[in-house]
Amino acid sequence: MKTKRAMILVSTDPESIRLGANELLENLKEALDAYGLQDEVDIATLADTERSNILPVVVVYPEATIYGPVKPGDARYLVEEHLYKGRIAEDLLAPPKELTGQIGSLRANKGYNPAEQRIVLERAGRIDPENIEETIASNGYEALGKVLTDMTPEQVIDIVEKSGLQGRGGAGFSAGRKWKFVRAAQGDKKYVICNADESEPGTFKDRIVLEGDPHVILEAMAIAGYAVGADEGYIYIRGEYGLAYRRLQHAIEQAQEFGFLGKNVFGTDFNFHVHLHAGAGAYVCGEETALIESIEGKRGEPRARPPYPVTHGLWKKPTTVNNVETLANIPAIIRNDAEWYRSFGTPSSPGTKVYTIMGNVNFSGVIEVPMGITLREVINIYAKGMKPGSVMKLAQTGGSSGSVIPAALQDVPMDFESFRKAGVSLGSGALLICDQNTCIVDLVKVLLQFFRFESCGKCTPCRIGTQRTYEIVERISQGHGNLEDLDKLADIAAEMERASNCGLGQTAAVPIRDMLKHFRTEVEAHIQTGNCPTGVCEMTRDIELA
Amino acid sequence: MVASPVESEVKEVVQQAIEKHGKSPDALIPVLSEINRALGYVPAEAIREVKRQIHNPAERTFAAESQLYGLVSFYDMLSTQPRGRHVIKFCENAPCHVVGGKAIWDALRETLQLKNGETTPDKKWTLVTTSCIGLCSVGPVLLVDDDMYGNVTVEQIPDILERYE
Repeated sequence: MKTKRAMILVSTDPESIRLGANELLENLKEALDAYGLQDEVDIATLADTERSNILPVVVVYPEATIYGPVKPGDARYLVEEHLYKGRIAEDLLAPPKELTGQIGSLRANKGYNPAEQRIVLERAGRIDPENIEETIASNGYEALGKVLTDMTPEQVIDIVEKSGLQGRGGAGFSAGRKWKFVRAAQGDKKYVICNADESEPGTFKDRIVLEGDPHVILEAMAIAGYAVGADEGYIYIRGEYGLAYRRLQHAIEQAQEFGFLGKNVFGTDFNFHVHLHAGAGAYVCGEETALIESIEGKRGEPRARPPYPVTHGLWKKPTTVNNVETLANIPAIIRNDAEWYRSFGTPSSPGTKVYTIMGNVNFSGVIEVPMGITLREVINIYAKGMKPGSVMKLAQTGGSSGSVIPAALQDVPMDFESFRKAGVSLGSGALLICDQNTCIVDLVKVLLQFFRFESCGKCTPCRIGTQRTYEIVERISQGHGNLEDLDKLADIAAEMERASNCGLGQTAAVPIRDMLKHFRTEVEAHIQTGNCPTGVCEMTRDIELA
Repeated sequence: MVASPVESEVKEVVQQAIEKHGKSPDALIPVLSEINRALGYVPAEAIREVKRQIHNPAERTFAAESQLYGLVSFYDMLSTQPRGRHVIKFCENAPCHVVGGKAIWDALRETLQLKNGETTPDKKWTLVTTSCIGLCSVGPVLLVDDDMYGNVTVEQIPDILERYE
């Protein structure tokens, strides 16, 4: 059998045909013949591209490079550059996603960079997420079959633990150890929860997994169920993710029909049922105990811990709560073994990480790369550099609750350990890159505005702390600040970090702390000169310079 | 004021929501979400009706009115107040902010003559801010009902608003 190394998809919707798609298709075939590539490259057509402004579209897999509009006359050049010489035909690349009108998904941005390493997003964007057969044809449910027929629960946990997989929700706790605790916990009823309540500003990695490859989550949850001894699972998905909800619902029905969920999975005596539970809009429900409260029909207020969900979770039963990205790693680890997984990333943080990139850079979107690459690499290689005229000033890693780091720290390897050592946090992997026109005071004000709104109000350090720090920062941004304010901010932030009940209040303090640590001079300039050095803040006081 | 929904309509909506999701505690938020979707908000009548239908200690199902109000006021996607025919949600978080979100927000307020949370006198528009909706790579982002708009510019706003009756 000959090995195919690439596949070309050409859009053939009516509009593309009007613009010459059929002729393009013929020309591509001729060009492949001319270069002797006809046996190595497949050509197929693509119906719905969602990219009406760049028709006809040509997508080249495995990298999913998107070209458009491609004229019939471009065929030979495209084949020569991309498939014969093996480099991207830059001048034919599709512009970033159409910018007006309705947007439902970001399929177009996927696989832009050949150098990515895809484990979590291996299938997303490459298969039809609504067709279980396509999932099965690309290794879907293979790991679940292997686990149920060949392995003991202890062996499953052992592989996951040896792989070194750390929770990708932000905290980075060992996934295998969490499962071990739940397995060891007392109780005849246990639960698996997939935390799909992704609402960290800047983070949309889980949405790409849920929309692009819903079955990987179901497969991983069933594996988790088998490993910890649970026969029931919940997917808590944020209410705003309508498309992901519908795809998961459809995937659950399909998986039941095929015997991958429900009673006697794979014909064994293992049963596993999955419930899909939509949230109703509350950032704090991303915190695992708040999420559990919310499923139980209550306000999503975090519980005091301990006891932890591993022993007292949903309905007070032992429960493992895992993030979407964490779960999406599991089937590949089972299929390929722990050693394989450890070959990616760094010794202390194996595997890959999905990052979302945004801000003042040329490319915004999702990438999956090995753990340990640096922010500078992300900006220069994957984000295609800063926008024209932009110089990097700072970046926020990990969404609103992440660290604000100055340009000087952009060479720290991005893995849990190196970041911890540098006093910053990796969080959820949202990389917001900001240029010289970003004012630190203004940015932190926006972040605190978010936190004071999303604080659930249960504990005082967070409820009052987010409000008071917002007021102080707002006052500074209006030119009414004084130097004592900085001490007050530091004090309140330290107390929020120490005494808040959950991660929301604790991490709300992080941007304040980072602002004072790395950008103190800029904040002082607001106070002392009554001016915003970048000209962003609205200064409302009459300035009296000494 | 928008006339409050007639009692029979409320009853039917509640009935259908409960038939779909059940009466167990984990069904409470889905039931209220369903009602909010059907009526545009969760009126007091609906809360009373949910309580009447669900609360039954003999069957060990519980729902107090205060608890239901607690839920509706806690979650962003539920509302105790009637809203306009179209709800504009604007993302005010940092990723949208650093790529020009504030100018969009100012333009929206000026065009509609609304403050955050207000509804136009003709009940056509309600303007609210929202937290991140996961479309950060195309910020600034706004949502009109369920339609998402990305990379919005100030010039596009009249154009977008015109699409709605």
